[in-house]
Amino acid sequence: MLKIVEAAPGREVLELNYPLVTDFLTRFIREELGWRGFSRAVVANSGGVDSATTIALTVRALGPENVFTVFMPHAISRPESAEHARLVAEHYGTPYEVVDITPMVEGYAAQTPGITPRRLGNVMARARTIVGFDKGEQYRALHLGTGNKTERLFGYYTWHDVADTGPIAPLGDLYKTQVWGLAEYLGVPEVVRGKPPTADLEAGQTDEGDLGISYRKADVILEHYLKGYPDAYIVGLGYTEAEVARVKSLVNKTHWKRHLPTNAVVSTTAIHEFYLRPLDFRLG
Amino acid sequence: MMIRHAVLQLKPEKGHVQKNIERIGQVLREIRGHRPDVVVLPEAFLSGYFLQGGVREVALTQAELSAAMSALYDSLAWDGPLDVVLGFYEQDSGIYYNSAAYLELGGRGLLNVHRKVFLPTYGVFDEERYISRGNRVEAFDTRFGRVALLICEDFWHSVTGMIAALDGADILYVPSASPARGFAGAEPANVARWKSLTQATAAEHGVYVVLSSLVGLEAGKGLVGGSVITGPEGNLLGAAPVFEEAVLLGDIDLARIAPVRYDNPLLADMEAGMPLLMNDLERVMAGLKVLGKNPRPLHGKELARG
Repeated sequence: MLKIVEAAPGREVLELNYPLVTDFLTRFIREELGWRGFSRAVVANSGGVDSATTIALTVRALGPENVFTVFMPHAISRPESAEHARLVAEHYGTPYEVVDITPMVEGYAAQTPGITPRRLGNVMARARTIVGFDKGEQYRALHLGTGNKTERLFGYYTWHDVADTGPIAPLGDLYKTQVWGLAEYLGVPEVVRGKPPTADLEAGQTDEGDLGISYRKADVILEHYLKGYPDAYIVGLGYTEAEVARVKSLVNKTHWKRHLPTNAVVSTTAIHEFYLRPLDFRLG
Repeated sequence: MMIRHAVLQLKPEKGHVQKNIERIGQVLREIRGHRPDVVVLPEAFLSGYFLQGGVREVALTQAELSAAMSALYDSLAWDGPLDVVLGFYEQDSGIYYNSAAYLELGGRGLLNVHRKVFLPTYGVFDEERYISRGNRVEAFDTRFGRVALLICEDFWHSVTGMIAALDGADILYVPSASPARGFAGAEPANVARWKSLTQATAAEHGVYVVLSSLVGLEAGKGLVGGSVITGPEGNLLGAAPVFEEAVLLGDIDLARIAPVRYDNPLLADMEAGMPLLMNDLERVMAGLKVLGKNPRPLHGKELARG
């Protein structure tokens, strides 16, 4: 009897070895904080899966007593966000505090007739940036970025919000799908992992509603698009042309958001154009 | 004769050349009791790997490197000579290289400098923007035997190991700096790749391979470590852990090479067979040169040029 064996076709894989990822990301947090002169971190704790996963990693890296989690509600924040933020802090044994940003935001809104919900949401997001940096000063800590790769690629965040401005961002190269996988491995409570993701900046808002596509679909499309697979190949995996077009459009409208501000170049020593040094370069 | 090797899989302090030299001294004092004959440090250990234009601010001439390492040796009060393989950015008359040196400290001094030929300039790498290519692969004699130096991607091309082995090298020293990527498997994908490469090259030519791989985070990129010593049958004799500083000790026994090559005379076959293929090698290389001047055949597709 002739033995016939079939090889598995090669394919792109989003699933990761989460213990190995955890080991790497905890080293990342320790070392990247370390050379900057820090051993403590502030994490904006929204009650969502990205901040919970960042807290879980940072607790492993620095010990719970060195992770200052700050919940920053506004009057319109969903009640469950507060419950989940507290639950995450208790679950990982970190310090926890609440800074109500309503007076900061409403102080501005009162001077700004006609401010729209979208603008108000952006003000909330940037008010949290102010708190994140100040809490860093208070605790001699750095506040961590909590953004994931999917939202970064889509530009789906407020530019310079608290998640965007952390000098160190452990989840920045993980798609949302991978953050969920990592969160499960790190024991993030199911109620936090399982709920629909939301920026919680406007009433009734969800990420997938705003984006017009589910994260699980978007992440597979993104991975193939970034690696250079043509549209027809991606459609062949079972996605619609409209889904592929939506993903590509979101990425290609937002490249500016993933860069530092643009400077007019007039010399041969223009920073980041001619004069190139990595951010960790330091002479001694 | 057993040659005691110590692979120093260390994390450099970026841009601090003097501190990194002192760190070598600190570790040598710590492992002095293990009496290494040869210590092997990673690629770009004296400065860190990712420097962009900072290369020119940390690069050393061969004379500066020799002087600094001699001073280190003098400070150690080492018992007898000590051989050191070390990766550094080199400066020579305003031209910069990614180089590796072999020094016999307390003896003949600098024996060889290899300048990296294959400069990765794709993906996360950007070497050729800042440094120039070397153009030599050669074996040389140490007090223990004949060896060669190859740096990182040099070793990913089988032709370099072949040239070194045909030139008589019995040990290939490979300083490297490899940022971790591919987290789906039991170990980072590039670590698995490195292991299989050392095994394939060692077994093909019946040589020892000593891989010294940099560790430490450099702006989010995790230099992966996982240094290995691989024997002439292609067996992994020892492996350092990933991501963390470690010293990998191993005895290299050159007397084993002849019996292993007798079992698998692939190097002798290469000596005999390679001359038969030189015409074809020259033919395809000449063709590449012609194609370099004239675009390759398009095969119905347009050339995409950015």
